Amino acid sequence: MNKIFMSGNHAFAESAIRAGCRCYFGYPITPQNELGEYMAANIRKAGGVFIQSESEIAAINMTIGSAATGTRVMTSSSSPGISLKQEGLSFLAGFELPAVIVNVMRGGPGLGNIAPAQGDYFQATRGGGHGDYRMPVFAPGTVQEIADITFLAFDVADKYRTPVMILGDGMMGQTKEPVVFPEPIGELPVKEWALRSMGDGPSKYLASLILDPAAMERHNWKLYRKYKEIERNEVRYESYMIDDADVVVIAYGTTARIAKSAIKRVRDDGIRAGLIRPITLWPFPKQILQELARKIKQFIVFEMSTGQMLEDVQLSILGKADISFYGRPGGVVPTPLELARYIYRECQNKKELDYET
Amino acid sequence: MKLKNEWPKHYKREVITHYCPGCGHGVVHRIVAELLEEMDLGKKTIGVNPAGCAVLAYKYFDFDMIEAAHGRGTALATGIKRSRPDLFVLSYQGDGDLAAIGTAETIHSASRGELFTVIFINNAVYGMTGGQMAPTTLKGQKTTTSPDGRNPKYEGYPLHITDIVATFPGVAYAERVAIKSPASIIKAKKAIKNAFQTQVDGLGYSIIEVLSACPTNWKMSPVDSMKWINDVLEKEFPLGVLTDKRKGNS
Repeated sequence: MNKIFMSGNHAFAESAIRAGCRCYFGYPITPQNELGEYMAANIRKAGGVFIQSESEIAAINMTIGSAATGTRVMTSSSSPGISLKQEGLSFLAGFELPAVIVNVMRGGPGLGNIAPAQGDYFQATRGGGHGDYRMPVFAPGTVQEIADITFLAFDVADKYRTPVMILGDGMMGQTKEPVVFPEPIGELPVKEWALRSMGDGPSKYLASLILDPAAMERHNWKLYRKYKEIERNEVRYESYMIDDADVVVIAYGTTARIAKSAIKRVRDDGIRAGLIRPITLWPFPKQILQELARKIKQFIVFEMSTGQMLEDVQLSILGKADISFYGRPGGVVPTPLELARYIYRECQNKKELDYET
Repeated sequence: MKLKNEWPKHYKREVITHYCPGCGHGVVHRIVAELLEEMDLGKKTIGVNPAGCAVLAYKYFDFDMIEAAHGRGTALATGIKRSRPDLFVLSYQGDGDLAAIGTAETIHSASRGELFTVIFINNAVYGMTGGQMAPTTLKGQKTTTSPDGRNPKYEGYPLHITDIVATFPGVAYAERVAIKSPASIIKAKKAIKNAFQTQVDGLGYSIIEVLSACPTNWKMSPVDSMKWINDVLEKEFPLGVLTDKRKGNS
């Protein structure tokens, strides 16, 4: 397939259709409306279903119904709408149903604004819904990666029978870049667990109500074992200029792109900076950070929030290196220059401190 | 149409009922199971059970089922039917589920004319949580959250949701029936059959509201409960066909 010029929001939708997504349910909210609009225009041509639901709550519950039949299904929204979907995400986890949920994040809390932000990290990675569950969360960094990861997300969702979230932000949704899409997927294997009606066989039911605490505990441990397997198999990250680095920036999505530009600038000034860009936010790339912390003593977490992924970095490094944080919440997109200045200053401060001690 | 003294094919044999004496759920479950067998639909059915007393409906029904979050039955049913239009889809819901927390889903699935059937059990009270006021609770009716009787000044009026959706162009069949006597049960079965046939014929949304007793939370004997449906509940919610767009009926 040829390279085409496309926005991130359109790329989510096109890639989903190519991955065999045959149902999309969503409710308009900025800055992700182009995703639903693309689905409205294109999914029926692929024999699929588009419904503009009456609310995000209805959309996620339609998603549950569709997923229960074994259909590849997607819903999308932006921050406030994703809050409304949390109950449904918990049910998807409890039922062990695969679905792909896109969150094109905007500024918050509350109605916030429609500018790009990364304030939903906790909600996405800590189980924004109720109950003891985890959910794989992908954070693409370019439109090309949106296409690749959306395609992959359906496979991960099906493989582990879990909801999967793709976390973008307003900038990524609106940015247009050249992209090459994967070839459309062929026939998908039949999902034995799905509700297809009983036919001549025994009937099945899907329930998340498990009244007996001992049985509920067994279900929780079963989910736990699955999450452990996901942690073992699905961690993804990108290393950038790490080999000779004295200082490592950790950033995902839009901020990782800004960080790359900042790293190039500070390298011109003789500061050997590198980047770890988590592509999965859960499971978090703990191990690489632990390994790096053995030789590198300075880490800078960079987010469009007041510091959320920061906690995962702290939990990974466990005090074995210095961690500082630079963030711009509320929909403000930081410039490479301001981050470069911050990195420069931090490195100077550390030098002085190291000299004094 | 006769009530049979045989175990319906799509009703699990091993189940011991958890419903209270005099409760209408068991009767409606049996009607649904009988019709799915008689109409040869059970094998290709996916049902949705609600949060509420019927949350365990899949323990009774022997066809594929999924449980919905409270109020979301018709959203799930929409997802199922749109994914598998070849299947027969049924959403079984109570009054709190369908007419309070799930009002938006009820109204909009009906407005879209989704091609599934809703069985709506109206007992004018929240059963499973212990008898709180429902959207369909009558004026003056005492519940645990309207202890002096529902006063419209404070608690508003009973909601006639089936009457509302019956006015929608996408709703092909809507009828209100009651479970209060053998004759009323036969009528209820006929109504549910009409609704099922409406779905089979792809005519539009179909909904049957069933006035059903909750003796435990009404604090009445089962016999008094049947009488209360007849003398009181039906005055607020009159029985009958609310819309019928089947051939020759529209």
